[in-house]
Amino acid sequence: MKPPPFSYHDPQTIAEVIGLLGRLENARLLAGGQSLMPMLNMRFVLPDHLIDLNRVEGLSGIRETGEALEIGAMTRQRDLEFSTVVREACPLMHEAIGHIGHRQTRNRGTLGGSLCQLDPAAELVSVAAALDAIVEIAGPKGQREIPFASFPASYMTPALGADEMLTGVRFPRWQKGHGHAFVEFARRHGDFAIVSAAALLEADAGGRITRASVTIGGIGPAPVRVTEAERSLVGNVVSDAVLRDACERCRKLEATGDVHAPAAYRQQLAGVLARRALEQAYARITR
Amino acid sequence: MNDSPDIKTANAWIGRPVHRVEDARLLRGQGQYVDDLKRPHMLHAAIVRSSVAHGLIRSIDAAAALAMPGVVAVITAADVRHAHGGAVPRILQRQEALAELEPFYQPVIADAKVRYVGEPVAVVVAGSPALAEDAADAIAVDIEPLPVVPDRAAAARNETLLFEGAKTNCAVTLTAIRGDADAAFARAPYTRRETFKVHRHTAAPLETRGLLAEWDARGKVRVYGAAKVPFRNRRALAGQMRMSEADIEMVQSDVGGGFGARGEFYPEDFLIPFAARVIGRAVKWIEDRREHFIATNHARDAECELEIACERDGTILALRGRARTDAGAYIRTNGVTPARNMSQVSSGPYRIPHVRYDVSIMMTNKTPVGTYRGPGRFETDFFRERLFDMAAGDLGIDRVEFRRRNFIGAGEMPYALATVQPLDGRTAIDSGDYPVTLERCLAEFDWAGKAHLNGKLIDGRFHGLGIGCYIEGGASGPSEDARLVVEADGTVSVYTGSSSVGQGVETTCAQIAADALNMPMARIRGVFHGSTSYVREGHGSFSSRSVVMGGSALLAAATNLLARVREVAAVRLDCSVEKVEILGEFEACAGGGRSIALGELAASQAGGLFAEGTFSSNKRTYSYGAHAAHVAVDPGTGRVEVIDYVAVEDVGRIINPHTLHGQTVGAIVQGLGAVLLEHLIYDDEGQLQTATMADYLMPTACECPNIRVVALEECPSPNNPLGAKGAGEGGMIPVGGTICNAVAAALASLGVAPRELPLSPPRVWKMIEEASRR
Repeated sequence: MKPPPFSYHDPQTIAEVIGLLGRLENARLLAGGQSLMPMLNMRFVLPDHLIDLNRVEGLSGIRETGEALEIGAMTRQRDLEFSTVVREACPLMHEAIGHIGHRQTRNRGTLGGSLCQLDPAAELVSVAAALDAIVEIAGPKGQREIPFASFPASYMTPALGADEMLTGVRFPRWQKGHGHAFVEFARRHGDFAIVSAAALLEADAGGRITRASVTIGGIGPAPVRVTEAERSLVGNVVSDAVLRDACERCRKLEATGDVHAPAAYRQQLAGVLARRALEQAYARITR
Repeated sequence: MNDSPDIKTANAWIGRPVHRVEDARLLRGQGQYVDDLKRPHMLHAAIVRSSVAHGLIRSIDAAAALAMPGVVAVITAADVRHAHGGAVPRILQRQEALAELEPFYQPVIADAKVRYVGEPVAVVVAGSPALAEDAADAIAVDIEPLPVVPDRAAAARNETLLFEGAKTNCAVTLTAIRGDADAAFARAPYTRRETFKVHRHTAAPLETRGLLAEWDARGKVRVYGAAKVPFRNRRALAGQMRMSEADIEMVQSDVGGGFGARGEFYPEDFLIPFAARVIGRAVKWIEDRREHFIATNHARDAECELEIACERDGTILALRGRARTDAGAYIRTNGVTPARNMSQVSSGPYRIPHVRYDVSIMMTNKTPVGTYRGPGRFETDFFRERLFDMAAGDLGIDRVEFRRRNFIGAGEMPYALATVQPLDGRTAIDSGDYPVTLERCLAEFDWAGKAHLNGKLIDGRFHGLGIGCYIEGGASGPSEDARLVVEADGTVSVYTGSSSVGQGVETTCAQIAADALNMPMARIRGVFHGSTSYVREGHGSFSSRSVVMGGSALLAAATNLLARVREVAAVRLDCSVEKVEILGEFEACAGGGRSIALGELAASQAGGLFAEGTFSSNKRTYSYGAHAAHVAVDPGTGRVEVIDYVAVEDVGRIINPHTLHGQTVGAIVQGLGAVLLEHLIYDDEGQLQTATMADYLMPTACECPNIRVVALEECPSPNNPLGAKGAGEGGMIPVGGTICNAVAAALASLGVAPRELPLSPPRVWKMIEEASRR
């Protein structure tokens, strides 16, 4: 339970970080450390260099623009939790954050750390998928942006070059009065979910669904946007049959199994949690 | 004049909810755990463990490690063999020793063969724990893999043997017999047979194991980090090192939980003193959590085919069981105890005239098992209480009434339990009035008022109620020693052979000593326990024995001390012993018209003023009780939520209601963790899949339901002068049966009848799915 030897770097600017990433072999970025530090202590990861982002300027903060919330990569989860801007503009994220770890881990854990760790059951990863977030990336050639859908390259691996870093994320707003719900099933309070479901719904005056987002986390290597379910909802007035059809599509997703939950059980949860999330999201629509 | 303390009447300290005297110190961070200790020029050890479950060690190459700066030594089996006449010492059984089990004993370091992932193959000693870990990573261990025996079924096939010399993977079969079960079954009007399983889990105390060994120039060794059974471990180490017990001192500091697992003699208990001797400097080793999960004793892991035979009116005629346990790779110090208990206590608090219960201990390539709170008792109680609900249902008898009808009557005590062969294990229940705890439990729980909830679907969840009864054997013999010393300032020091693993021994012993001497607790200078230097012999802290055995020894010492005080005072006051009067609250002596303060009397004695006492008994105590639970089951996810939990126990005599309450609630929480969350899962290659706190799910405060506990003292034990009974384990014993019975009641309409723990959400959901397809 002692980390292997590594060199520690303490840069002050994004440019310095990019410089270090370009120069050093086998380097890891340290954000809030809530996953990386235990992994180091257990020698699951063996970096030669640790680049600490905690003193880098300009990486944290929540900024509201007309269409989106722009959040710095090093913004602490605890700051998101208590942000009135987040609660009003992005209620799905506000609800999801209550499920992340415990307040002690949220004090240190960051938005960018969670997204780059890319645990398939992580709440913020699902929120980014559900909201079609835009990921802002800095590299030696400057800044670039990619949709979150292309951010996961493979299991727990972001599509970042070796000399690139995540600097911020834009979460597009949904219409005022939209319905949202984030529900998850974890064995204990604060554990990574086995499966989670995030739902966003907009409806017209007649109760007809005009826009839908359904995301299942924990079921595969990355959260899944269930576009078939979304399509089946849009244009319909919500009824038991409509919900059942949408949830059946969630239940049929391809699932991975592990020691804690076999694939069939994850599929079952996907169906059950999607139903609970959609019912709740629909009930929360205000017109 | 009889100076025996009259301890059974109402008195000042025993029975009072005194705050734990330990807590002020521990809560201020002034506790001293083994990792807090430092010695001059101390080195740190890391253990290289097998990453293979079964294999032959081809070579161990430590050259790279030894070349690293700060690395002092690497010790392998070759070094141990060299120092011990060509053989690697083995760890003997501490209890239930059987000659036929010797082939299955664990060597102190893997001896040519490894038999589980985690078995020590080398010890690295370096200047810091981090350096030792770096060096451990640099040691190349070449192991030729052998076929793995991953479970009981594979073990039973005997295709691959763990111990070639033994010719079988079944270490021993114990048989518990009372009456003639086969004959009773042959003529029984009703029988039912079911197979039940309890999974592998572990105690996981907050503080992992740790040792610090230091030799002096005269060849004496002091070992810090002792817990539970320091005297027995001293004997074990003396035997292995071929040295006198007098040259070994085991020192116990604060201990952060034991639950049966901590403090037994493990390979490291030899390896760390050995390394310190070879190197000639103090060596410390602190087990980390990952090591703990693969190195420290696991527990449970048993299955049983259990049969019940009844009259049509529900009167039980006989119980017959065939159980197999998975003991892992070696028979450790107490590796047979769970199987013995499982067979012997299978009848619980019930009058079952005929019992036959066979338990086969199977060897597999997993971490060895040992005792854990309610060893064997947790398993056997689950099997029996589940089967009782099923039988009551078949017979159309209310499940509470079924239990009432079969309780052993208070007038039938002492009641002999089945005798276990080949151990010749005999025991009898000392006392008990079982309907009292059951009826009180039903009343506290409002069983009748909640009965309408059984099977009811409310807001998408099925509700159910469960009940379970148990007995808890405690107070293992053979004896315990105590010493009471009057100090020059008039205070009294208490020395006991019992140990504290965090359960409050300092508080309860001070209460007993203060009452025995009729003095205030404030003048008890301290309770000194756990180290081999304090008393001649000590048997430690296990089997819920500290209060009964250690407390009774204190009474004996108090009797002797009062006599000694009179004797000494008579000389000093120049009067006859009979004339000596003890004044105040054990403050002074008077006689012959004069008086002397006790402190002054003590100071005047060249050898000090003290007395020793021993309490010897091989008769166990049996506390008992009933638990009731209300659960809600979500059929969509399989999650079981415990909504209410009530436990009523009778412990004979309550020394401290606070510490007892803490023991019982803590044990229930451990039980709920075992039933709902905790699971040591292995794959077919013998690799533990749940070896971190992220994967081994222990209950946290968030998972603790409302738990209500009532403790009674209606039936004191006739087997000791306190009337007390062991009470540390009972809270855990009936949790499996109680929760499972509640889940069965909740899901009865779906045809779900759980027979296996844990009740994890995937398993509960699968049971519902399978039932719906039938």
